[in-house]
Amino acid sequence: MAESENIVAETAEKIFADLADAQTINRDKNGEWKAPLWQALTDAGLPLAWVPEDCGGSGASLAEGFSVLSAAGRFAVAVPLTETMLAGWLLAQARIASPGGEMTVVPASPKDRITVNADGSLSGRARGVPFAKAAKHFAVLASDAKGGLSIALVDAAKCRIETGLNLGGDPSDVVTLDKVQPVAIKPAPKGFDQIRLMLMGGVARSLQIAGALESMLEISVRYSNERVAFEKKISKFQAVQHNLARLAGESAAALAAATSAADAIANATSFNDEVFLEAVAAKIRCAEAAEKGGGIAHQVHGAIGFTIEHILHRYSLRALAWRDDFGSESYWAVELGKLVAARGADELWPLVASR
Amino acid sequence: MTAALRFDPIRLPSECEQLRKEVRAFLAEEIAAGTFDPHQPNREDTDVPEFSRKVGARGWLGMTWPKKYGGHERSFLERYVVTEEMRVANAPTRRFFVADRQSGPVLLKYAPENIKMDILPRICRGEICFAIGMSEPNSGSDLFAAKTRATKTDGGYLINGTKIWTSSAHIADYMIAIFRTSPPTKENRRHGLTQFLVKMKQPGIQVNPIGQITGQYEFNEVVFTDHFIPDDHVLGEVDGAWKQATSELAYERSGPERFLETYYVLTELVRAVGNKPDTRSAEGIGRLVAQVHTMRRMSVSVAGMLQAGKEPVVEASIVKDIGTIWEQQLPHRVRELAAFVEETATNRETLEKQLDFAIKTAPKLTIQGGTTEVLRGIIARGLGLR
Repeated sequence: MAESENIVAETAEKIFADLADAQTINRDKNGEWKAPLWQALTDAGLPLAWVPEDCGGSGASLAEGFSVLSAAGRFAVAVPLTETMLAGWLLAQARIASPGGEMTVVPASPKDRITVNADGSLSGRARGVPFAKAAKHFAVLASDAKGGLSIALVDAAKCRIETGLNLGGDPSDVVTLDKVQPVAIKPAPKGFDQIRLMLMGGVARSLQIAGALESMLEISVRYSNERVAFEKKISKFQAVQHNLARLAGESAAALAAATSAADAIANATSFNDEVFLEAVAAKIRCAEAAEKGGGIAHQVHGAIGFTIEHILHRYSLRALAWRDDFGSESYWAVELGKLVAARGADELWPLVASR
Repeated sequence: MTAALRFDPIRLPSECEQLRKEVRAFLAEEIAAGTFDPHQPNREDTDVPEFSRKVGARGWLGMTWPKKYGGHERSFLERYVVTEEMRVANAPTRRFFVADRQSGPVLLKYAPENIKMDILPRICRGEICFAIGMSEPNSGSDLFAAKTRATKTDGGYLINGTKIWTSSAHIADYMIAIFRTSPPTKENRRHGLTQFLVKMKQPGIQVNPIGQITGQYEFNEVVFTDHFIPDDHVLGEVDGAWKQATSELAYERSGPERFLETYYVLTELVRAVGNKPDTRSAEGIGRLVAQVHTMRRMSVSVAGMLQAGKEPVVEASIVKDIGTIWEQQLPHRVRELAAFVEETATNRETLEKQLDFAIKTAPKLTIQGGTTEVLRGIIARGLGLR
């Protein structure tokens, strides 16, 4: 990790440690922790990390921003930090300045489409939009009748929002735009498309899942070294040790896949098959790890981990929920399988060994 | 909690890509010349001495070793590229693979100078084959229960006992083995074993082949009867082999051979499915490709850490644990998807033959070179559980 990534990640870590402690949040039924956390993140310039300074942001590199997302995953942070970062990044692609406050991206699924009408207004429906209800603005990717893509800044108050919750209890909403006039709209840069937006979101979720798994491993190991059963610490039972070793394996796989994909995107000169592989493989493998690894973390904890009072669910359920955003692992597996088949058998290894 | 696991995203340096092109061109030439068939994965059965010499002549053996011993002073990442390209091509690497990966590094670290000067250049030229003498009839994973005795005699040791499951012993020129020089002590049950360099094809060594469920005879029983080993063939500290065994394991455990052993069935499945897969095939292939990509990125990351002089023992054990389980399950997953392949697929028969072999090979993958159970014990220790 470069030194600057370290500094940005450490800033984020410190804010999370001070203001997003899992135990404190879990006890706070009124959500009083949210406002001070968001204020501190905003003061540090993190929500607009990926927005250039001349567009109202703090101009951090992609790599620095990704390191913030890993930290956010380790703390299972439940404010729209990732979403605002992604929205700012999307707007910056079209050099649209970001306003202050919470944002999210629309659409958040590869299957939903927003269209630009002939009068320049926007219409369409997007499902599973994370934190739409909490957002003041949306960064929207929309296509016109001729297939031309535009990026728009939209006032959330002008859209219809049907609220919902994901597995982790965070907002996951349906956003409907009915001839909404955007605050600003500009053509998307050449080569940019919805797949790129989905993959950027997918890599963000992958980093968060990997971070949550790191924490699940840590708290599971700690718990196994404290809990006594049959007159010894459960960490001394070989069956428990082997389960935790498997959890370490899943955590490691998620970490490797997610950081590799983030590195590929941060250093990509063009958006080619190799970058596509990195990004979708991360989403697929991290989603698999969320299931397997989270399951082991719960098994190690026994009944206590199934209670609302215990912090484990903050990580395990969010990791499971994040699988669904920006295209699920099965969706991307089909897309990757099609790409591999289209390239042909003899081009599979060169793709895998490209980095 | 102990230090967090690290898998930094290593990008292979540009010299690796040039090297990769050279290796691919070389392998294509050898395939065209009929040296080996890339569709025939049962390379365990084929010993091709001239191929070893050609690989040596290319400078692809002992790549990371000092030049004075015939090595090439290149990086672990360059060696990684050569290893993975050979493995994916199903190249006949058996004659040199153990020597290059494992035996050479042990000799470099523990052998006296005269032995190093004699043997290492021959490994680099692809002339000699090594075996590893660890397991015995009553000690497998429990390495330190080994009983084969090395009794001090004039100018050396006399060896009596039996090693078993010794891969390639029937073609090997040398073996690196552990023998008992003293009984274990009360304080340390690992005490009393010594590492030796054994010259094979000598009096007092009998190699008996053992058939495997794949139909091959790739491993052996090796019986020692008053076999003499000179003093300068002791590797490292007498009675202290246990101190030497662990640090090499990171090299042995995390390489591409730990997840690519059955990879060929995936390539063949993609060929059989054709360029317009149905949804089930596409999803199945997509997941397997995502998994192998992740395994490789983990493995490359460990190679990068080794190159940087670190000893990522836990990370390497994780790579072998999940890598070998992946390559063990792969033929079964491919078999499920192969059920939907069109009757007209031209490589159907090749795929079926490969699946037969891969499915029969699969059980050994989580046993050889450190069982899953042993690896998980090492990982658990790294996590602070033991």
